[in-house]
Amino acid sequence: MTTPILSVSNAVKRYGDVHALDHVSQDIADGEFLTLLGPSGSGKTTLLSAIAGFITLDEGRIALRDTDITRQPPEHRDFGMVFQGYALFPTMTVRDNVAFPLKVRKRPAAEIRARVDECLDLVQMGQYADRMPSQLSGGQQQRVALARALSFHPQVLLLDEPLSALDKKLRADLQWELKALHDRLGVTFIYVTHDQEEALSMSDRIVILKDGKIQQDGKPGELYNRPVNSFVADFLGKSNFIDVTVTGAEGDLLHCEAKGASFPAIASENGPRSGQARAALRPERLRLAAPGEEFLPARVRQVSYLGERCQVIVTHDTLGDLLVSCPTWKTDITPAPDLPVSIGWDRDACVLLAPE
Amino acid sequence: MPRLGEKTQYWLLVLPALAIMIAFYIVPVLGIWQISVTEPASGFGNFAKAAQSNAVKTSFVLTFRVAAVTTVGCVLLGYIVAYAISNYAGRLTPLMLALVILPFWVSVLIRSFSWIVLLGRSGLVNDSLRGAGLIDSPLRLMHNEFGVLVAMIHVMLPFAILPMLTNMRGIPDAYVKAARGLGASEWTAFRQVYFPQTLPGVMSGALLVFVLSLGFYVTPALLGGGRVLMISEYITYQIQEFLAWGLGSALSVILLIATALVLLIAARFVNLRNALLERK
Ligand SMILES: Nc1ncnc2c1ncn2[C@@H]1O[C@H](COP(=O)(O)OP(=O)(O)O)[C@@H](O)[C@H]1O
Ligand SMILES: [Mg+2]
Repeated sequence: MTTPILSVSNAVKRYGDVHALDHVSQDIADGEFLTLLGPSGSGKTTLLSAIAGFITLDEGRIALRDTDITRQPPEHRDFGMVFQGYALFPTMTVRDNVAFPLKVRKRPAAEIRARVDECLDLVQMGQYADRMPSQLSGGQQQRVALARALSFHPQVLLLDEPLSALDKKLRADLQWELKALHDRLGVTFIYVTHDQEEALSMSDRIVILKDGKIQQDGKPGELYNRPVNSFVADFLGKSNFIDVTVTGAEGDLLHCEAKGASFPAIASENGPRSGQARAALRPERLRLAAPGEEFLPARVRQVSYLGERCQVIVTHDTLGDLLVSCPTWKTDITPAPDLPVSIGWDRDACVLLAPE
Repeated sequence: MPRLGEKTQYWLLVLPALAIMIAFYIVPVLGIWQISVTEPASGFGNFAKAAQSNAVKTSFVLTFRVAAVTTVGCVLLGYIVAYAISNYAGRLTPLMLALVILPFWVSVLIRSFSWIVLLGRSGLVNDSLRGAGLIDSPLRLMHNEFGVLVAMIHVMLPFAILPMLTNMRGIPDAYVKAARGLGASEWTAFRQVYFPQTLPGVMSGALLVFVLSLGFYVTPALLGGGRVLMISEYITYQIQEFLAWGLGSALSVILLIATALVLLIAARFVNLRNALLERK
């Protein structure tokens, strides 16, 4: 990897007994779209605030390229920032909001004017330049906040749950736009969200946080298909968990046994390869078939129709309930309560994690 | 029971307060208006007299000056207090709020007398200064405009602090953070982002203090010692000493109109509704 643009090492932040950040280290590559993902209270905002300079770390250091910026005040860091509630200045027009970072940098008036127009056009808000923020919808305010954060050509853009206040449809549209903007500008984005779909759909890389600790980081597909622990497996998409005993291994492939059922699985990074383990199974990797066609007999308990997919809870005699998500266009079997079925999966669909 | 219309319900709720207002406030005020144009003779003689009197003119100028200085003093001091409480008090906030509100539980009379104890010829301040050898003869700290202003600012301070505090506590710290993050220094962030948002609070605090100060009686009377005759004390003199009910009433009417004018002028610059009622 080339020199990272930002490098956080061993960051610790305590609030009383709470470890908001617990020895967090992370390198961020230039131009990357990095997402900090975690449930509420996991330390995402704290990490972002430390990078922005709003809080000082108890331990650890933050470097911008080769410069130590751990103790630098926020206004010297030159990072663009989009806040959760947008934080558009209510006493200024849209234009003045976007011009603000340029004015405090004492740029010439003509340059400011041109740049503000350019940025507002970038987010398709040109025609609203003379409105007050209170006269805009949430989505429009969001765009202005983005234009303001980008107006001074920051090297890094920090975004704290920028879409969380918007409704689902608008959120989806803006996700595409944000991603396109990132690809076009080549600016490094550090994006905070608690929404796993948002993280999966936009990021080059995701860092998963829980209780101030990094659980795992990697490309969306890596995290989704190879979670290192059950928290990640369950937080990023849904998972079925089965406690198993590993009975044998052939290369990557492991044989498991659980309460009379036996099936194949693959090991996760640093995961167990023998003894007790916990198998994680994605609902969409489970196949639902007529009785006898697959290796585990089961019975349908409940069905929930979601349009493109159908969520089915099936019960196995000894393993208990399993969630299956099957495409609704597959018509060879129509799940209904009490229907006897069989379920199976490809061997690489089952990942073995450390036991709880 | 038949359901009452919404309008009827509304009026039933308002009626008791309205009745009290009318019986004990509106009617007496109208009575004063009437006296002002009937005593001792009908016509506008009292107003003509007031307009010609130098003493009245002096008193009005004094009244507006004291009210203005009090307002400026209260807003400056109150802004600092409100700012400190809403941004730095943290867990001490309830205690600080209590300290601001506490004076309301102590009568204005007592607070004004306390200032006499402090500022008198052989009051605490003069005695201490003399004890320290800083002065030979006592300073004149009261029975003049200075004493009145000190006590007025003290008495009026909570009226300035509370609206500003309410206003400031409603401003999330995200704005200043955003400004800092976008490259503004602490001072620039305060001046360009925070301060403009506190203007409604400043305006309502200032207006409240100014209007209350215009008609204030106890504090100027006690600390002025008869030498700083603000208009309300002047009116009292007319009625108590000279039994000049007509002139006294006319002056009351003028004070009322002057106050209304202040509000009217203020309304051109501030949204009064927001300033006096709204807490956003
Ligand atoms: N200013 C603060 N004072 C006390 N505790 C805080 C403060 N800020 C954050 N915390 C605590 O630190 C933890 C992480 O918070 P935060 O970074 O805001 O989480 P997230 O943004 O992931 O929801 C939480 O337990 C929160 O209660
Ligand atoms: Mg947060």
